[in-house]
Amino acid sequence: MILADTFQPSTFLDAFRFIGNHGWLIWHKAFEQLVLSAAAMGVAMAIAIPIGVWLGHVHRGSFAAINVSNIGRALPSLAVIAICLPFLGIGFLDVLVALVVLAFPLMLTNAYVAVDGVDPDVVEAARGMGMHERDILLRVEVPLATPLLFAGIRTAAVYVVSTATIAAIAGGGGLGDIIVGQSEYRLEGVIGAAFCVTVLAVLADLALGGVQYLVSPRGLRKPRRPFEVDATIAHPAVGQ
Amino acid sequence: MSGGPVIPNFGEGSSCVLHNDLFCSDWFTQNWSPVLQPALVQHIELTAKAVGIGFVIAFAFAIVARRFRIVERPFSLLSAFVYTIPSLALFQLLIPVTGLTDTTVLIALVGYTLLILFRNTVEGFRAVPADVLESARGMGLTGLQTLWRIELPLALPSIMAGVRIAVVSTISLATIAAFVRPVGLGHPIFDAIQDNIFKTELFAAGGLAVALAIGCDAILVAAQRGLTPWTRAKRS
Amino acid sequence: MAERRAAGAAAAEIVFDHVTKFYPGRQAAAVNDLSLTIPAGDICVLVGPSGAGKTTAMKLVNRLIDFDEGDIRIDGRSVRELDAVELRRGIGYVIQQIGLFPHMTVGDNVAVVPKLLGWQKQRIRARVAELIALVGLEPGDADRYPSQLSGGQRQRVGLARALAADPAVMLMDEPFGALDPITRDRLQNELLRLHDLERKTIVFVTHDIDEAIKLGDRIAILREGGVLAQYDTPDAILATPADDFVARFVGADRGLKRLALRKLAEIELESPNGVPPGTPYTSAQTTLRDALSLMLTEGADRLVVVDDDGGNAGVLTIHQVSRLLSER
Repeated sequence: MILADTFQPSTFLDAFRFIGNHGWLIWHKAFEQLVLSAAAMGVAMAIAIPIGVWLGHVHRGSFAAINVSNIGRALPSLAVIAICLPFLGIGFLDVLVALVVLAFPLMLTNAYVAVDGVDPDVVEAARGMGMHERDILLRVEVPLATPLLFAGIRTAAVYVVSTATIAAIAGGGGLGDIIVGQSEYRLEGVIGAAFCVTVLAVLADLALGGVQYLVSPRGLRKPRRPFEVDATIAHPAVGQ
Repeated sequence: MSGGPVIPNFGEGSSCVLHNDLFCSDWFTQNWSPVLQPALVQHIELTAKAVGIGFVIAFAFAIVARRFRIVERPFSLLSAFVYTIPSLALFQLLIPVTGLTDTTVLIALVGYTLLILFRNTVEGFRAVPADVLESARGMGLTGLQTLWRIELPLALPSIMAGVRIAVVSTISLATIAAFVRPVGLGHPIFDAIQDNIFKTELFAAGGLAVALAIGCDAILVAAQRGLTPWTRAKRS
Repeated sequence: MAERRAAGAAAAEIVFDHVTKFYPGRQAAAVNDLSLTIPAGDICVLVGPSGAGKTTAMKLVNRLIDFDEGDIRIDGRSVRELDAVELRRGIGYVIQQIGLFPHMTVGDNVAVVPKLLGWQKQRIRARVAELIALVGLEPGDADRYPSQLSGGQRQRVGLARALAADPAVMLMDEPFGALDPITRDRLQNELLRLHDLERKTIVFVTHDIDEAIKLGDRIAILREGGVLAQYDTPDAILATPADDFVARFVGADRGLKRLALRKLAEIELESPNGVPPGTPYTSAQTTLRDALSLMLTEGADRLVVVDDDGGNAGVLTIHQVSRLLSER
């Protein structure tokens, strides 16, 4: 199983050489991981954001909405995968469901807090001007909630991308395959793949940051420092 | 993958086990003592040690950082760096360095707790209002008295929040540690995956891990509430 | 309630002796050759524009800042003789943002210094109860947290906390500055009332000349650079400002301000005989300034003064006021 490879300074260089030599493999695996992560994020967002935004708009269910993320954060990812396995068997679907379960609470809470926290004076002014509830939500609250909303999405995305590494254990593919395959790929492979996972997570964060910039209303655009670790909401890049 | 012994359930198992039904309570009760309980206890021990050691280190550095701000940056960056390494890889990367032992797992887990504990402790100290510190000094409290009676209690909410996150994430990471060492609740999980997706064991071990995590979270929330009564005092 | 205490039992004389303080990197001194003597039991208000070094001067007394030249003596002993921490435990310290410890109840806040000094639990409990009543709070407030109190209530707790160990000296740095005018007025009156009961030496810093005139037994006006412009009683400063700066600082209406310092009961009134009917009247507790204002409003040149029992105390004429104004 785990061979006692020795660590030499050259091993790090070897890792990059590994990446170079196995370009196709890395691409393939990275792509697998991205697809898995994107799918999980897509499903989780499709469920979490509408619910969260709606709850925030009507200012209800705050206890549940805020505390659900605590539960989501607490769930051990491997355990969730394990529990899903009996139902879904090894493979893509199982890990997908597990990742959705992990990402969904965080985004729900963020969506709720983001919309709930929009300046009530602004909302009242909009209501007083005679805007429909739906317009208030879509044209006032959601745009104003964008920064916090995206913060949750980005944090969740980094978390999902990193956690998808474990997918390998349950047959979900991805760069984790290389990491658990030390007998075949040696230490250089493990380091190389780990590095790629980190890069992937950072890229996801940056890409979403770009989307955030494009989608944000002009008046709200603030430059954001990259690699901000918001450790109080959830863990960004802890690869699991 | 996992080098541990496969649980012998051939021939001895009930039809439930042989058919790999969703949950076989007989297997569960039979294997509680030999398999599940030790794994749970190991898991708790591992978490407690990791968070304990991590807390001591992070707290010590935070106290120093309070005085000498320059310590903060390098420690933060180092912790953040460790943080970004996928845990699966981190366990494996440490093995050539520290050997294939339980200590390796412990070291990796401690490394992960350092960032959150350090950051929350530093922020906790920083959140103490300046006027409170000034009046403490003006009233004649020594530096040590101010730290013990004023700063620590006021930093407690933030510190507790950090401990809470650290405990929960360590429990989660410790399950993955079983990939390199047969320890904790991850061990039966890995075994079960190999053993043709043995459902009962997966539910049992996975369920225990989830229960442990949520239970600890709830306990720590209650502790935080209990230790900081003034944060909930509402304006009457 | 607390009994009246004699001055001297719990008050100390403070002497500034040519005190100078330079901040590193700055050419101009923060406090420049400051010399004044505060008699025991007096309230001395340090007042001046910002940058005049008044807060700095105050903090030199409990050595939160250390001076470079000169000396400060409390009851004859230099503040440098005592260990700084011990010195501070014997001095009450109140700041504008109050700085109550949010994690302690009101009672625990007040008890901090007595606990540090090692008082017995009984004594501490009794003292806390006494002080809470003294500053006008409810007994139940002792178990509440600062976040549950209003700004005015918090500052009362700040006062109680500073008084807890019965210090001989109190330092107050713009303590009422963050409060609304009504609460500020109330707390100023509270302070004067407390000072009547427990005569401590108080060094009070403010930028508000009206507050200084209201509270101070003596006022020290500092100008930029920490230079003492004038140090005297409010009446003397208003009557004879030492220079243009002081005259401008106290305001062009200093004559009227002077009038506000005295009540009709304190001056000699003219005979009430032969007063035309319909003359407006006022109580003997009215200040000269309000009396003048009344005369001008009513278009009268005299007022009938009614004393506390309802009888005629005398008559005040506008001529009298004019004469009093020009008195030195």
